[in-house]
Amino acid sequence: MTKLKLATVWLGGCSGCHMSFLDLDEWLFELAQQVDLVYSPFMDAKQYPQGVDVALVEGAVANTDHLEMIRKVRDRTHYLIAFGDCAITGNVTALRNVSATVEAVLQRSYIDVADLFPQLPAAEGIVPPLLDRVQPVHAIIPVDLYLPGCPPSASRIRFALEALLRGDRPQLEGHDLLKFG
Amino acid sequence: MAVKTLKIDDQLLSARGEETILEAAAASGIHIPTLCYLQGVASWGACRLCLIEVEGSSKLLPACVTPVAEGMVVQTQTERLNNYRRMIVELLFAEGNHICAVCVSNNHCELQDLAIEMGIDHVRFAYQFPDRSVDISHSQFGVDHNRCVLCTRCIRVCDEIEGAHTWDMAGRGRTSHVITDLNQPWGEATSCTSCGKCVNACPTGSIFRRGSTVAEMEHHRAQLEFISTARTKREWVQQ
Repeated sequence: MTKLKLATVWLGGCSGCHMSFLDLDEWLFELAQQVDLVYSPFMDAKQYPQGVDVALVEGAVANTDHLEMIRKVRDRTHYLIAFGDCAITGNVTALRNVSATVEAVLQRSYIDVADLFPQLPAAEGIVPPLLDRVQPVHAIIPVDLYLPGCPPSASRIRFALEALLRGDRPQLEGHDLLKFG
Repeated sequence: MAVKTLKIDDQLLSARGEETILEAAAASGIHIPTLCYLQGVASWGACRLCLIEVEGSSKLLPACVTPVAEGMVVQTQTERLNNYRRMIVELLFAEGNHICAVCVSNNHCELQDLAIEMGIDHVRFAYQFPDRSVDISHSQFGVDHNRCVLCTRCIRVCDEIEGAHTWDMAGRGRTSHVITDLNQPWGEATSCTSCGKCVNACPTGSIFRRGSTVAEMEHHRAQLEFISTARTKREWVQQ
């Protein structure tokens, strides 16, 4: 039997969802026997491969790299999971959408409150420009499952993955499995 | 007033003539979702979450302000109603800036609970990201308009129970917002008695005690119930 190809992707988020994934602790050994991790911040793979079965996408779409990446991920992935509140609602990543322009956000973050060497980050081809508005993942591409939480608890992640490994669609209901925040 | 007999969700029940459908349903253990409804103050019918279907009426009716009637046949959980309720809650999330993860009322919020009840895993509508303000000019409390759902509970509890009428509503449509006194900073609103009833009435983290941080703000509804029971029934009993 071929193993399920799993990927995890990190867009505009704090990596807390990935930390929560690591909270699966010893269940990760069981997971490792059932899936091939083909792309993730946890491993060294430079390119997002073709033919991924399931992808967990953390974070909102906040810059041009995220935009390019999420389209690539959608093209090459069978079942895409919006992983955590930033991916689903924009959450803290999207706080800057309220009234502030990109220029105002950069000015505030890198000039006004900088302790040392205030300067705007600029390196063409290396530092991706911010998008005017931070968007949740489903505003850009279709999403197959929403796994909310900030972060989603390890037990919530396990519930979803176990269902998918059985070939079922995860039924997320109630306080333990569905809550924002 | 005479007793009325009616049917809610195929359950035959009797209610006092002056009761609303919401009260009659609650007395029989039938749950109808609400947001702007607050026991002890006048019902407003603003949030539309308690909409129900009544046989013979083409309109959906708000259960909190619709009196029971003899022979009424009511449905509270149809697919149509549940679709509308889910849509209403999603629109509330899209309309304001509700960031549960960094909210004082995380885990103690009626909007968050409604999202769970409606099975909302994402919001289909475009987030508006409105530019709203925060007022922390009061020495004990603050109001964050980003988290306000315009339920008017603070207005009613301040007017009807405290008798101060510090709170009111200003603006129209998407610019609607609650104000203190004559749209002054809360700290300068001289009618405010700092009783904190609005803090306990607020369903979200919009009105909060200063100094509370993420997930710390709990609402003490029992305090409001105590006062309203004391006033209406002359019974000074803690629930």
